[in-house]
Amino acid sequence: MATKKIMYINRATPHGGITAKESLDVVLISAAFDQDVALAFIDDGVYQLLKGQQPEKSGSRNVAKSFAALGDYDVRKVYVEQESLAERGLSEADLVDLRHENPEDDYRDTASIRLISREKLARLFSRQDVLFNF
Amino acid sequence: MLEVNGRVYPTDEEGYLENISDWSEAIAEAMAAADDIKLSEAHWDILRFLREYYHEYEIAPAVRVLTKAVGRRLGKDKGNSKYLYNLFPDGPGKQACRYAGLPKPTGCV
Repeated sequence: MATKKIMYINRATPHGGITAKESLDVVLISAAFDQDVALAFIDDGVYQLLKGQQPEKSGSRNVAKSFAALGDYDVRKVYVEQESLAERGLSEADLVDLRHENPEDDYRDTASIRLISREKLARLFSRQDVLFNF
Repeated sequence: MLEVNGRVYPTDEEGYLENISDWSEAIAEAMAAADDIKLSEAHWDILRFLREYYHEYEIAPAVRVLTKAVGRRLGKDKGNSKYLYNLFPDGPGKQACRYAGLPKPTGCV
């Protein structure tokens, strides 16, 4: 199977519905099939990456917990739009610390989250083979 | 459905427990016995690892991910397909997750 550049764009709040969970399941499936997977979090989607969520109290799945396994699935590119964070009064320090072993750097433990401007992210969209909106 | 020691536990159509909290070692042993497998300490290492993994990430890992994660946490001699398929011939992802009381791994068909 040919490898495609697939980007999943996440705009939904983590617990307002099942969108975040559905997105994560599709991401894990495509990553298990050796595709070049990247995630982007924009608008209210940035809330999915907030540290210290306790959704278990409402019976909802803690997606931020599962994101920590993305490195095991070789998903190493997690883009967060700077403007979306700033508009919500958030900064990188409010987000979970996702790590992966970087094969291009002697498998060194490397941060997966990269802040990116709206303008640069738009350019990144145009370089993907497939975009999925969640 | 699965009956162990006189109690009935709900499962899906492929035999995965509906409620992860129903799990016990006796359930794992009963599932393995139905497949003619006697669980050894080597099996338990993997089952315990899977339960911890699920507890931490809420993900039942696909086989490729399981292999890699086992290698990193339990050692390279265990983190390879040959070793894991010897223990779980129906597929370490699917079979071990089922014995461990986890749902079917995401990404397994």
